[in-house]
Amino acid sequence: MPGMIKNVLKNFISKSATRPYPIEVRPGFKDARGELTNQMSKCTLCTLCAKKCPTQCITVLRKELTWEVDPFTCVYCGICVDVCPQNCLSHSTEHKKPARTKTKLILKQEKPPAPEEIIKTDEKPVVPEKIDPGHDYH
Amino acid sequence: MILDTLHLTKETLREEVEKMKSKGYRFVTITCLEIDEDFVELLYHFDKDLELIHYRMQVAKGTTMPSVSTIFFAAFLVENEIYDQFGIKFDDLVLDFGGTLYLDEDEEEVTSTPFCRYSVKRK
Amino acid sequence: MSKTIIPFGPQHPVLPEPIHVSLTVEDEIVTEAVPAFGYVHRGLEKLAEKKDFNQMIQVVERVCGICSMIHAMCYCEGLETLMNVEVPRRAKLLRVIWSELHRIHSHLLWLGLYADAFGFESVFMQFWKIRERIMDINEATAGNRVIVSVNQVGGVRRDLSPSQLKWILDEITVVEKEMKSMESTMLNDYTVKKRTVGIGVLTREMAYELGASGPVLRASGIAQDMRQLKYEAFDELDFEPVVEQDGDCYARGVIRFRETMQSIDIVRQAISRLPQGDTFVKVKGKPEGEIVTRVEQPRGECLYYIKANKTKFLDRLRIRTPTFANIPPLAAMLPGIELADVPVVILSIDPCISCTER
Repeated sequence: MPGMIKNVLKNFISKSATRPYPIEVRPGFKDARGELTNQMSKCTLCTLCAKKCPTQCITVLRKELTWEVDPFTCVYCGICVDVCPQNCLSHSTEHKKPARTKTKLILKQEKPPAPEEIIKTDEKPVVPEKIDPGHDYH
Repeated sequence: MILDTLHLTKETLREEVEKMKSKGYRFVTITCLEIDEDFVELLYHFDKDLELIHYRMQVAKGTTMPSVSTIFFAAFLVENEIYDQFGIKFDDLVLDFGGTLYLDEDEEEVTSTPFCRYSVKRK
Repeated sequence: MSKTIIPFGPQHPVLPEPIHVSLTVEDEIVTEAVPAFGYVHRGLEKLAEKKDFNQMIQVVERVCGICSMIHAMCYCEGLETLMNVEVPRRAKLLRVIWSELHRIHSHLLWLGLYADAFGFESVFMQFWKIRERIMDINEATAGNRVIVSVNQVGGVRRDLSPSQLKWILDEITVVEKEMKSMESTMLNDYTVKKRTVGIGVLTREMAYELGASGPVLRASGIAQDMRQLKYEAFDELDFEPVVEQDGDCYARGVIRFRETMQSIDIVRQAISRLPQGDTFVKVKGKPEGEIVTRVEQPRGECLYYIKANKTKFLDRLRIRTPTFANIPPLAAMLPGIELADVPVVILSIDPCISCTER
């Protein structure tokens, strides 16, 4: 016990280790894998993400020009983001909020991307350099 | 790449395992895999000073095998698991779950084994 | 004296996961303990027939919620050997960094649960407070808190920038400092010793014969650690297995406390030796053949048997997890102890039931 008393007293005067969650929310980390979204203006509906996904949570309907993801089946591994030749998929830094019903995220393509924007699948995708956030994580 | 394995038969199994024990080996696990319609393969892994030794043996599906759990107590769990998943029954198990290691006790009488196309009738 | 059978679990305050133990009790002393399973069996080995070998990485990560990274590392290492892929040095060291971070947070989780099992609530909260720093490192560097998904066949999927490495070093220094402040409580406190010393003794011979692995084996005086196999980058890292001689619950606690400190040291070494270079190589082709790979998980030795046939799908994937090996020693440890000590003894093997059943 005596060793612990010192620790307990220290905890009395130091800052709280927890946050009053819904009032104060910690901003997400730069590289965190949060909600998955697709920038439809760049997407070519190539279905590579749907094929590589380990849980088959992505459905691409080329006829209807839609791309949909089931966020409740997704395991947030980020493989689709890695394989996407167009670099149009991305994770937000925030996690998905709890919901009452299981709904899918359905995105519709208004118009296909211009031919000069399309990167051929066999070319190496250009990965944009990540901005280094420095030590400012908290 | 194929594992270096020593050959084993149903008859020599207990004798060989006893020998391994007296040589100071530690029982690691048994791996069971389906090779074709009629046969499964059992791989016995032993370890001593970070060196693994594998024994390989082919048995027909539905065979009853002698259990090594009387020699190495640690084997009872994996032998029960193999009965659950492959339908290979082991005699003289130290702790026999009777095919209900993962299943509920009041399951249907005939259950198919998940890892190979073969059904076992359970009393 | 009449016999009484007391069911322990599957839901019990000290158990994070469901396992049932039938305890035959004679006057408060356990005479027989029979474990029963089947509450969290998911059939993950069978999934190898439906998911291709790359997608299986995400499946094997989910075998265990705590040592996910090490499962995937073992699986990838096996496939890389089968496909003759030489992983870049930087990737190997990055794997070591993440796997040791996993070991630290797993041991901290256990130390907390363990303190909770013998009723020392403030120690429990203190350890979990320390653990949160490691979870933050995981989320900031790999993207997720627990299931980090950094492995791929041929290397790792994420890289660490110089500023991230500096931040990790700063954080683990704080973790080390906070661990040191807990040292006197965890190792010398009267309350802790009263509940753990001499309880659930596993002798050296018993531990070896019953196939115990990891901290349970090392607490009984056998210096066997799979990291001695020099997998990944452990060939250039300084490391000695932590050994205790007593084989009781206290010794297992000491082992895990000291291993946490050791892992902090290994992370430092790995960061200081991190070379520049690629983090992965492109892998072509399909695996063929069979292989057994072993790694050291926080709970002990983990064995993967992989059989591939040059197609997308593996023939057989067999996972022998550390808790699977530690259940027979547990069944042998329980007879002869008092009913009130059963929770502490069960927790002292660090049971991971979802690992055991897969």
